[in-house]
Amino acid sequence: MAAPAFKNALVRWIDHRLPVFTFLQHELHEYPTPKNLSYWWNFGSLAGIVLVVMILTGIFLAMHYTPHTAFAFDSIERIMRDVNYGWLIRYIHMNGGSFFFIVVYIHIFRGLYYGSYKAPRELLWIIGVVILLLMMATAFMGYVLPWGQMSFWGATVITNLFSAIPLIGDGIVTWLWGGFSVDNPTLNRFYSLHYLLPFLIVGAVLLHLMALHRFGSSNPLGIDVKGPQDSIPFHPFYTAKDAFGLGIFLIAFAGVVFFAPNLFGEPDNYIRADPLVTPPHIVPEWYFLPYYAILRAIPNKLLGVIAMFGSILVLFIVPWLDTARVRSAKFRPTYRKFFWVLVVDCVVLGYVGANPPDGWFIVTGQVATAYYFFHFLILMPVLGLVERPLPLPHSISAPVLKPAEGKA
Amino acid sequence: MAEAATATKGHADGETRRDFIYLAAAGMGAVGAAATVWPFISFMNPSADVLALSTSEVDLKPVQEGMSITVTWRGKPVFVRRRTKAEIDTAAAAKLGDLPDPQPDAARVKKPEWLILVGVCTHLGCVPLGQKSADPKGEYGGWFCPCHGSHYDTSGRIRKGPAPKNLEVPPYAFLDDTTIRIG
Repeated sequence: MAAPAFKNALVRWIDHRLPVFTFLQHELHEYPTPKNLSYWWNFGSLAGIVLVVMILTGIFLAMHYTPHTAFAFDSIERIMRDVNYGWLIRYIHMNGGSFFFIVVYIHIFRGLYYGSYKAPRELLWIIGVVILLLMMATAFMGYVLPWGQMSFWGATVITNLFSAIPLIGDGIVTWLWGGFSVDNPTLNRFYSLHYLLPFLIVGAVLLHLMALHRFGSSNPLGIDVKGPQDSIPFHPFYTAKDAFGLGIFLIAFAGVVFFAPNLFGEPDNYIRADPLVTPPHIVPEWYFLPYYAILRAIPNKLLGVIAMFGSILVLFIVPWLDTARVRSAKFRPTYRKFFWVLVVDCVVLGYVGANPPDGWFIVTGQVATAYYFFHFLILMPVLGLVERPLPLPHSISAPVLKPAEGKA
Repeated sequence: MAEAATATKGHADGETRRDFIYLAAAGMGAVGAAATVWPFISFMNPSADVLALSTSEVDLKPVQEGMSITVTWRGKPVFVRRRTKAEIDTAAAAKLGDLPDPQPDAARVKKPEWLILVGVCTHLGCVPLGQKSADPKGEYGGWFCPCHGSHYDTSGRIRKGPAPKNLEVPPYAFLDDTTIRIG
C-alpha cells in the first residue's frame, strides 16, 4: 500500500521521518476486516480498553498506597474514606479486575467456538494464553496488597502450592516469601511485581496484535477472506461497532462500580490479616474458582497442583489437539453441542470451587475435572476426525449475495 | 582460499578452531550470566534481620495440664500443648501401620508431657483449629484444619485428609524445666 497523502504539512514532515501516521492509517483505518464479524468479536478490543483502565487506576492508587504489613490495610481504608474520589478509583480498579476476566473468558470461549486458534493463527492463540497466565499472576498479587484476611491466606495457600514440588519445594516457597511465612518481604515483592506485570501484558498484547494483523480476524463462518468484496475497512465500521459495544460494557461496569461494588469481593478481606487465625472458609476470587476446584478434586497434593496448572497449559496445544479442518463450530453440529457442555462444565467447576470440599461436591468436582481434560485431550482430536461438517459457503459474501441474485 | 584450506586440513568432519572459540565464548558467557543472576536470586531469600528473628523463648510455667498456648516463631504459629495422661497414652498406642506418615510419638517429643508443633497444616499452610477448648479437634482429638479437612491426632500426626505429612516439630531445647527456646 502506498503512503497516504496527509493534508497537514507537519504530519507529512513527521511521517516522512517516522512513519507512525502511515502505520496507524494502515492498521486502524484501512485495515481490511471480514465484514461478517458479530458482537462476539468486540471482546478483544474491550479487553484492551480494560487493561488501560486498570493501569491508569493502578498508577493513581499507588500514589496513596503503602506496601507495608503495618500500614497496607489502613492505607486502603484511608483511600476509601479520606482520599478524594479514592473510593471511586479503588472500586474501578477492584471491579475492573473482575470485568477484565469476564471479558477475557468470553474472548477465549469465542476463540474456542469459532476455531480462531487454527492455522495460521496458532501463535496468536498461544500469545493469548501467555496473556491469560500473566493476568492471573497479576490479579493474584494485586489481591494480596490490601492485606486483609483473604489476601493473607490466599497468598499462603497459593504460594504453598509450590511446596508440592519434590525436594526443592520448601526452598522455593521460602525464596518466594523472602522469609519463613507470608510477611513484609512478600508484600513488598508482590507490590513490585504487581506494578511490573501489567506492562509485560502490554508487551504481550502488542505481539498479540502483530500476529492478529498478519492474517486479520477470523470470522463467524471460519472461512478465509477471498477478496475485497469480503472485507470492509476497520474505520469507521468496526471502530463504530467497538465503540457501541464499549458503551454497553461501560453501563454494566458502572452499574457494578456504583451500585454493587463489593459484589465480587469477600467480606473477610475487610478484616485485617492475622497470621495466627485462618478464616473458616477460604475461597479465591471468582475467576480462580474452576482451577481451585481442579486442585481440590485430586486427593494427592502434587498431582492436584499438576492438574491445576495443566488445565491452563493444555490450552497451549489446542491448535494441534483440534484435528478438524473446519474452523467454525457453526458447521460442526456435534462439536457445537460439546462446546456448550464444556461451558457448563467450567461453570460447575466454579460452583464446586466456591463450596467446601465435602459430600457430593467432591464427586462433582472430580467428574467435572475429568470431563474438562477429556474435552481437550480426547474429544477434540477424535471428534475432528470422525465428525462430518456441514457444507461451507463459497465465500463470506456468498450466503448474503445468493438470495439477492436469485431474485434478480 | 589458502587459509580455508589450512583451517580444514586434518579436520575431515568440518570442525575448525573457530568452533572452539565459539564454544568457549558461549560457555564463558553462560558462566558470566549465571554469576550475574545469582545475586538477584539470593536477594529474594530471607535477609539477615529475618534470620536473626529465628529463635523464640517460651515460659511454660503458666501452662496447666490439658492447656495449649500458641506462640509465634518466624512469623508462624507454634502450638505448645501440655498433654494429659490420656492424650499421651492415645498417641503412644496408635499403630504405626495406620499412619499415613508413620512416626512414633516418642520421636516427636522431648518430654512426653510437652508437645511442641509448628501450627501450619502441611497441606497448603492454613492454621489448624484445636488450640482453644471450644475448637473442633478433629476425629483423633488433636487438631482439625478447616481449609481442606485434615485431621491430626494428639501427637500432631496426620490421620485423615489431604495433608501429606505430620505437623512439623520445630527444633527446640529445654533451657530449664519451665523454659524452652524454639529455633
